[in-house]
Amino acid sequence: MKHLWLTAYNDIIESLRARWFMVYSLVFGGIVVILFVFGLSESRVMGFTGLSRLLVTYIQLSMAILPIFVLITTVRSVAGDREAGIFEYMLSLPVSLAAWFWGRFLGRFFVVFLPVFMAMLAALVWGVIKGSAIPWNLFIFYSALLMALAWCFLGIGMLISTLARSSDVAQGAAFLTWLVLLLFLDLILLGIMIQENLPPETAVAIALANPMQVFRTATMMLFDPQLVLLGPTAYVILDNFSQAGYIAYAVIYPVLFGSLCAAIGYLVFRRSDLP
Amino acid sequence: MIQFSNVSKRFRRNQVLKGINLAITRGQRVALVGSNGAGKTTLIRCLLGEYNCSGLVTVDELNPREFRQQVLAKVGFVPQLPPPLRMPVGQLIHFAASLCGAEAERMQHVAGLLGFDAVQYRHQPFVKLSGGQKQKLLIAIALGRDSELLVMDEPAANLDPEARHTLFKLLAEKQQSSAMLISSHRLDEVASLVNRVVEMDQGEIVLDDVVADLVDMSSQLACQISMVQFEPAFAKALGEWGFSSSSVNTIWTGIIAGPDRLRFLGMLSRYAALLSGIAMDEVVQSRKEHVA
Repeated sequence: MKHLWLTAYNDIIESLRARWFMVYSLVFGGIVVILFVFGLSESRVMGFTGLSRLLVTYIQLSMAILPIFVLITTVRSVAGDREAGIFEYMLSLPVSLAAWFWGRFLGRFFVVFLPVFMAMLAALVWGVIKGSAIPWNLFIFYSALLMALAWCFLGIGMLISTLARSSDVAQGAAFLTWLVLLLFLDLILLGIMIQENLPPETAVAIALANPMQVFRTATMMLFDPQLVLLGPTAYVILDNFSQAGYIAYAVIYPVLFGSLCAAIGYLVFRRSDLP
Repeated sequence: MIQFSNVSKRFRRNQVLKGINLAITRGQRVALVGSNGAGKTTLIRCLLGEYNCSGLVTVDELNPREFRQQVLAKVGFVPQLPPPLRMPVGQLIHFAASLCGAEAERMQHVAGLLGFDAVQYRHQPFVKLSGGQKQKLLIAIALGRDSELLVMDEPAANLDPEARHTLFKLLAEKQQSSAMLISSHRLDEVASLVNRVVEMDQGEIVLDDVVADLVDMSSQLACQISMVQFEPAFAKALGEWGFSSSSVNTIWTGIIAGPDRLRFLGMLSRYAALLSGIAMDEVVQSRKEHVA
């Protein structure tokens, strides 16, 4: 366990000094600043105002940005480290492959989740200073959902990094994965497929399997409990899951999916050439 | 200690190692030489358990792939190209020391002997160090613990003469208890350090020979070089070896490490037409110190 935490700590320190981390933090910090600057906390949509409104917008933007950022930065740095000879040297030290792989995973998770969470926390602190009402339930649920989403895409990123032998291939594969998952959102290809008489069970199955759609539906559910925006599909979700059940699914499923991908990545990593 | 039995490695259609058989015992210092693409790095990576390969690789009868922690705890490795790590020097030392169960202070001490103050540079990112400083630190991490097998890829390539002499002395201290595998594409770089030469070419061992082991690794030679006339390029080359001139700038004196003599003579040979005299005398004091 000591080696696992050492590797995780090591990865955190490496990442905090990397340029991608600065860009990544600036993007999420910048989103919150922009939302404040444009007075989003003052506007009202569907009865949402103040910090709730800001958080709803922030979470929708995060859904678009977080997966691709996590995927690209993970595969770039992991596959890049292998190409640059970091694996060759670090894996010549007596660290177990499990401690190395999972230590990096945990360290990386901390690094990708931290800026997203801190930006949200900063918004909350600003709200407290301004005397706004704090939507604690939204904050807690959104934090859990963002954590699950980051974990999921980190797992996918680790799997891609293990399978692809060069950072170019890894980046291409990561982008393609993100694009496929994005296309199968209800507002893009899935919507068209439903229009083209796709069986509802298939549409729901795709929606439930796509971690991005699961996140999107769950975040919608938090400000639209009857899922009016989603149309008839909402009946299937609410009948089968209930609201609380679906929120739990939206947290557990991406975590399990990401863990499964990372576990497959670990098995491949353990059996393949390391550097 | 090390056994390669019929080891082969293939990358898709390219067979990089072709049935390597090699045994290395404690006390042997092996130069692994060969041109680029000969298979030296692949062989080292198989030894470190980083590559899967067919055949059998063992270190003290343990497969480095299956028993990597037990095997790698005995191995000090210095790569040819330092990894571009962004972590600070202090953290790298503590990370390596913790993994190896060694004391960070011992690694810092070895770095100090090599002329690199690891405490002063503890907050400096590793990647921002100069080539020589990186090399010294990686050597310190490899030698500042109880390693029984040293695997080094051109370890002295970026070192100044003083640091080279210290490295040779440190290696001399380990030569009885450890095995050493020193990789280089030029034999003259490592010839004085080793007592066995293994040459590889296109994935095969084409030469395996024992060499005379008469040079005391911690010895030093006091040298005096006389030039026919002053030549700036020659003077610069001597300056890089730590030589200085007397009032007459055609006579240069300095001290070189014993194992560096071939390399030094190689440098002198480039200026053979300018030489009017060479004197090399072993410094007796250093031998006495070593014996003591």
